[in-house]
Amino acid sequence: MSALAGFRVIELANERIAFAGKLLADMGADVILVEPPGGDPARAYPPFLDDVPGPERSLWWWHYHTSKRGVVLDLDRAEDRARFAALAASADVLLESEPAGRLARLGLDHDDLRKLRPELVFVSMTPFGRGSANAQTPVTDLTILAGAGPAWSCGYDDHSLPPVRGGGNQGYHTACHFAAMSALTALFWRLSSGEGQFIDVSMHAASNVTTEAASYSWLVAQQTVQRQTGRHAAIVQTQETQMLCQDGRWVNTGVPPRSPADYAALLAWLRELKLDADFPELVFLEMGAALEKPITYDRIGVDPEATAIFAAGREALALIAANVSAHDFFIRCQRRGVAVGAIYSPEEAFEDEHFRARGFQTRVTHDDLRRSFRYPGAPYKMSATPWAISRRAPKLGEHDQEVFGE
Amino acid sequence: MDQPMNPKPAALAGVRICDFCGQLAGAGATKWLAAFGAEVIRIEDPVRQGRWDILRGVGPYVDERRGIEFGGGFNNHNVEKLGITLNLRTERGKELLTELIRQSDCVTENFAAGVLERLGFGYARLKEIRPDIIYVSNCGFGQVGPYAAFKTWGPIVQAVSGLTFASGLPDQPPAGWGYSYMDHTGGYYMAMAILLALIHRKRTGEGQWVDLACTEAALTLHGPALLDWTVNGRPARREGQPHSNRNQWPAMAPHGIYPCAGDDEWVAIACRDDDDWRRLAPVIAAPWTDDPAWATLDARLAGQDALDERVSAWTRGRDKFAVQKHLREAGVPCSAVQKPGERVDHDPDTEGLWPTVTHSAMGEVRVDGTPARFSATPWRMTRGAPCLGEHNEDVFGRLLGLSPGDVAALREEGVI
Repeated sequence: MSALAGFRVIELANERIAFAGKLLADMGADVILVEPPGGDPARAYPPFLDDVPGPERSLWWWHYHTSKRGVVLDLDRAEDRARFAALAASADVLLESEPAGRLARLGLDHDDLRKLRPELVFVSMTPFGRGSANAQTPVTDLTILAGAGPAWSCGYDDHSLPPVRGGGNQGYHTACHFAAMSALTALFWRLSSGEGQFIDVSMHAASNVTTEAASYSWLVAQQTVQRQTGRHAAIVQTQETQMLCQDGRWVNTGVPPRSPADYAALLAWLRELKLDADFPELVFLEMGAALEKPITYDRIGVDPEATAIFAAGREALALIAANVSAHDFFIRCQRRGVAVGAIYSPEEAFEDEHFRARGFQTRVTHDDLRRSFRYPGAPYKMSATPWAISRRAPKLGEHDQEVFGE
Repeated sequence: MDQPMNPKPAALAGVRICDFCGQLAGAGATKWLAAFGAEVIRIEDPVRQGRWDILRGVGPYVDERRGIEFGGGFNNHNVEKLGITLNLRTERGKELLTELIRQSDCVTENFAAGVLERLGFGYARLKEIRPDIIYVSNCGFGQVGPYAAFKTWGPIVQAVSGLTFASGLPDQPPAGWGYSYMDHTGGYYMAMAILLALIHRKRTGEGQWVDLACTEAALTLHGPALLDWTVNGRPARREGQPHSNRNQWPAMAPHGIYPCAGDDEWVAIACRDDDDWRRLAPVIAAPWTDDPAWATLDARLAGQDALDERVSAWTRGRDKFAVQKHLREAGVPCSAVQKPGERVDHDPDTEGLWPTVTHSAMGEVRVDGTPARFSATPWRMTRGAPCLGEHNEDVFGRLLGLSPGDVAALREEGVI
């Protein structure tokens, strides 16, 4: 069975909160997506099926609205407001990210709806939180991640290049994670108390507490981290961790080798690739392999021998990387117990044998097109209440009759 | 602040978590639960002084003191939890853990795959101890699959799942994420999984096992890009991509991070549509903005490199907060790239987000709070992370009925 079977969620369509609805819908909640006449603007977001635009062809829409039903309501009309109120009165959770003040003007804010449905968990997810002086300030994923901290920490060693906004709408995702965690926390409490409540999630605050050491280095010690290429922003510059492989792809080498076993493995690998003759620092690797215990960080830069061995380990990794593919580097290092990663593109990861073997790829039927497509799958494998996409994203007004006829 | 005499209820009061989580990917999950009133009992190894969690003794530090009780990150991720020690190499340690599991709703861990099983507490054994137990394991590649034995930390998860690749500028190496985004986010998915399992158990009485792989959770964060691949066959690895300061879905221009006056000062600007452009142009108020060649999105996209040069030329001499003010007043999405001190101490929109907790050794320290305000069951963070074994007397006494003398003896024997 589904973890959220029997719970009804009303989602007021908005690109910002779509992912929160999906998180609940794919766990079995009956999520009813409410769009305005003509449809939500995100229906016009690319990419499109076969690159042909159309309100039912947006792959953005397909992804973010799986497992939901869809209805159309014109909340500027009294009749539809009454329908919306009736729908909310039948619901367990309401998800909204409307422009500031709109729901209050329509008589559909928490104060109005709780009178109809005291058990309702009303989740408001807005750019800066309800009541902010910036409530009317327009935002995008980019401006959220710029203001809230993530962009400051991402980019390159060369600070003449701008800070970088990480790709994939992660500012929206982070806020939606908090909206979903909040809804679940409140639902759990409702199961024993019978009471609903109002939850005010700030997108800006959500990304502010998702910056790891950037925030707490300041909170604890008033220190400012500085961005670096492909690795943690830090107070003091650290060594590069990305290396370029023979196939033009990059790898993240993680923590550099420091143990005798690491050095022995590197030696063997260099010899297997017949690169040992071209590696002037071979003698230091041999010394590393003969060490009795790992090199500790405090000796690097102080003890000349330890420093030379440590540097030779990194050089050996770089030489091997330049002579093998990123995939081979990743697999061979990991099999030797060295934690590295290939820097895959999303589709390379999706097609990788590990995720295929775990059943991550999920087939979704589009009955209307008489086709099925592979979708990203479960974020977690739950043994009793498995994640599942129960249906493709709804067409505009597809479930009007079904929902309002109930 | 809540009135101490009339506190609001805690959403997760009565939930007990037997918690092996550490670092951030695990500890972040149980931090959320603890903030809402769950009793999170964090178990650490006395032999290694809890150093399995590499953050235990690592800075930032509040002052000159060093050691396992002074790690700023450890405190940040473990507020409101209880801390006990158990040496699971000993039979007595295993007996005590068994008793604790019997009285717990969930067992949570983010060890490498298979570690808890090897300690004798795999899911089958947990279910014997308590049939409705919820067990949530969290590791990089999950408990099964070809890479289950591979080791990860946040940047490795981000590399293998496509997140590192998707963050960067053209003709540059991947910029990736300058922090463990997937340690935070893996923790959020772990918290969701625990809550989903708790809801299911409350309604049906049934427990379960959740196998969370951080790489899989990360892969779900590329939805449109993956469908562009599976439906249209278009890879993200292609000429000109990634260019993550620009926007593909939907396309916007200008859209980027531009230089401002001062050292390493930047501002983000996004014109969502032609209306935003018509609002931006009069603020820039330069002759070139009147050129009808820039009036449409298609034209701006076609000339985006040149457009970015011109926008940069306008921002370069200006203060980032002044640009933010003027563009926001005009209705254009805009934000200064805020530095940590600016957003923590001088941003009205983060007020209340950084609670001060009291740590038994460190004293008063500010930590990351939670960005959700609950009207009926607010989160609370007042107690700092536990020192090693700080709550041994409390937990072993209150839950397992041991006397202070028994606890002292266990310490003598190396069990705790």
